[in-house]
Amino acid sequence: MSDIPLSPLNPEWPRAQAESRAHGGLLSWVASIDHKEIAIMYLITTIFFFVVGGLEALAMRVQLAIPNNHFVSPEVYDQLFTMHGTTMVFLVVMPVLIGLATYFVPLMIGARDMAFPRLNALSYWLLLLGGALLYYSFLTSRAPDMGWFSYAPLSEKPFAPLPGPSFWALGLLLTGIGTVASAINIIVTTFSLRAPGMTMRRLPLFVWMSMVNSFVILFALPALNAALVMLLVDRKLSGNFFTPASGGSAILWQHFFWAFGHPEVYIMVLPAFGIISEVIPVFSRKEIFGYPFVAASTVAIGLLSFAVWAHHMFAVGMGHAMDVFFAVGSMLIAIPTGVKIFNWCATLWYGSIQFTTSMMYALAFLLEFTIGGLTGVMFTLVPVDWQVTDTYFVVAHMHYVLFGGTAFALFAAGYYWFPKITGRMLSERLGRWQFWTVLIGFNMTFFVQHILGFDGMNRRVFTYPDLPHWGLYNMISTIGAFILGFGALLFIINIEYSRRHGAIAGDNPWNAWTLEWATTSPPPPQNFDAVPPVRSRRPVWDLMHPEDPDWKDSH
Amino acid sequence: MGLAMLVLLPTFDPASPYAAATHHLLLISLWMAAGIFALVCFLVFYAIIRFRYRPGQGTPKRISGNRNLEIAWTVGPFLLLVYLFIATLHSMAGTDPSAKNAAPALTVIGHQWWWEVRYPDGVVTANEVHIPAGQRLLIRLEAADVIHDFWVPRLGRKMDMIPGKPNEMWIGASQPGVYQGSCSEYCGREHAWMRFKVVAQTPADYTAWLSQQAQLPPAPSSAEAEQGAKDFQQLTCANCHRIAGTAASSGVAGPDLTHVGSRLTLGAGRLINNPQNMREWLRSPETYKPGCYMPNLRLTPAQLDALTAYLEGLK
Repeated sequence: MSDIPLSPLNPEWPRAQAESRAHGGLLSWVASIDHKEIAIMYLITTIFFFVVGGLEALAMRVQLAIPNNHFVSPEVYDQLFTMHGTTMVFLVVMPVLIGLATYFVPLMIGARDMAFPRLNALSYWLLLLGGALLYYSFLTSRAPDMGWFSYAPLSEKPFAPLPGPSFWALGLLLTGIGTVASAINIIVTTFSLRAPGMTMRRLPLFVWMSMVNSFVILFALPALNAALVMLLVDRKLSGNFFTPASGGSAILWQHFFWAFGHPEVYIMVLPAFGIISEVIPVFSRKEIFGYPFVAASTVAIGLLSFAVWAHHMFAVGMGHAMDVFFAVGSMLIAIPTGVKIFNWCATLWYGSIQFTTSMMYALAFLLEFTIGGLTGVMFTLVPVDWQVTDTYFVVAHMHYVLFGGTAFALFAAGYYWFPKITGRMLSERLGRWQFWTVLIGFNMTFFVQHILGFDGMNRRVFTYPDLPHWGLYNMISTIGAFILGFGALLFIINIEYSRRHGAIAGDNPWNAWTLEWATTSPPPPQNFDAVPPVRSRRPVWDLMHPEDPDWKDSH
Repeated sequence: MGLAMLVLLPTFDPASPYAAATHHLLLISLWMAAGIFALVCFLVFYAIIRFRYRPGQGTPKRISGNRNLEIAWTVGPFLLLVYLFIATLHSMAGTDPSAKNAAPALTVIGHQWWWEVRYPDGVVTANEVHIPAGQRLLIRLEAADVIHDFWVPRLGRKMDMIPGKPNEMWIGASQPGVYQGSCSEYCGREHAWMRFKVVAQTPADYTAWLSQQAQLPPAPSSAEAEQGAKDFQQLTCANCHRIAGTAASSGVAGPDLTHVGSRLTLGAGRLINNPQNMREWLRSPETYKPGCYMPNLRLTPAQLDALTAYLEGLK
């Protein structure tokens, strides 16, 4: 592999790209096939949808602030939670991680672009089109209102005659096809465009995890795409896949959906693990502890993620044998996840920890994600799941994984990589404020929801009876949500301010070690004029410390 | 105070052997989770305090890993999981014992957004499940339209009610009492108000209740109630609701109202059952359950009074 030349595709196009950019304006973006520009469009799009999905969540929290509230009707509430979940999963978390990989995988492996630049652009535009189609449903009579996992037969024509679920299926089908294309692109890029010397054992962990993630996407997304087509056949061509009244099966949909849906959870978290595996070593001034174990545990999670899906279905009544099988698979996945947590902690030890905002998010990630992971283990204990599934305990658990985990990692990535993308630093001062606001708001919003779940409060209820404590806990959660929302707003303000007025970053403001820091900030269209020699996992360290390079030490 | 509140939570206050078997496992898992979280907190906070950057400090020394540690934190959690797995198997057997070939003692059918409860000898009621305390009953769970879920936190596991796939589970309560239940699977517009109660009675009370429910309801006791009985048949009420011993014998879209006056709530837990609420509910169902399938019949005040008198008399 090491004899692959630096620019193996078309050496002409980066110049064409530079010329098109010189014209400026919207057209240069629409026509762009540069991975960095496409990635920036991914990031801006996902920030937009993050704001939309966040506002939907705040509207829900206002409705739930007090018992028997009438802020929104149940009809509106059902659309809000469906669109919030769908938006955050398919239009925010998944694409923002793909966007980051699109920007940084080529840079981190010393490549000029993704393997298939035009396919890369297509993936992005399919995402935007799918998102637009999904939100267009608001302009028809009603947006989708059957929940983000769209259980049949509630999503079928007799119970949902309006077009919402059809828009949902079509929108997700478009983004889903784009996501599969991205996965293929990331895999091929990682396998074939690595700089000389960049063996798989020297691959940055963010690249490792984005690549494993792409394999998970490749095998999981088609299950969803096929099920979406079947749902559309049911709804538009009077098929009977999921309609029990005419011989279909309501449970079949659940199997298809979760065969995608649980790997999806790892799709939404593996690249976040990758971010943490980059940020913690840099700000501990120490290489990652147990690199091969961190990388291999990712592969283990990727494989196991396909043997856990029916733990979403313990309450279906599948029988104890099935329940036990999926319980075992789900329990086992805790082991490689734990291996990661312990290796990250070990990386901190004997380091020299620098409390940048990025690092503070990474440290908070360790604790918040651990809570989400531990409640995740509780769901593998079948009887516990029988009690608390479909309650606010699930809502709390998944937000500890996806917000306390993925979103915290994304904030860490934001502060870490923003200088590379824009050439300017995000304000650390504003960053501190943002960090503490988000940390307090997040825990206030979601920690009490564990208790609400134990208290018997079901998820997806537009209101609730005035039972003891329910009003109190919900009010705490609502106040927390607004604090959290304010924290998210501070991040956007920081971006807006800093991209104009932030301190100039220079090539390598953090003294980091991977190849993206070996080029200018922002990188030129061709990324590198020359890639430094890769003789260890930390090529930029070797470059900066010729007297004490890693490759003399080991590896 | 924190602990006292925990005890108040229904999932921590089991009232049946089934819920107790779950509760035991729940406590094990919570303590274990708390222990592991404390360990991670220690690892992180100790590092934050002890290994923070100090001016003048050199580059930390290279440590690339440690095989023994890797083995320790792979095998340790594995052993914990083996323990949890065994505890889970025990708890599953206790929480959800096999039905063997027992015949279901009653059937609960989930509808958008109410519960139909059928006993073997023709007794049909709605939105409350009566059981004899101290005994166990096998309960059959069905759905008439979309997927619902039967959940009484203090009595045990939840179980989905799936159209085309009946489920069975044991239900029981150690002591007489009223236990809160709800639909736990999102089932459409009024999912929030698809609640019910399990009423556990002493065996003697239960038998009395059952035989009372098996009888025809008493005849209207006033002229107003008699007018209500006529209105019930002449307006469209009888199309959806059945009342045993009357011409309204075929309505199945809504709850059976044979003994509606004896029930605790109206609208599947939405309102407490009393004449005033009954009148309100009949006047405008959509005010209390927007999206529900009961239409507003635009009844006159006289009709409301008459129907209320009639229905509340059906004890």
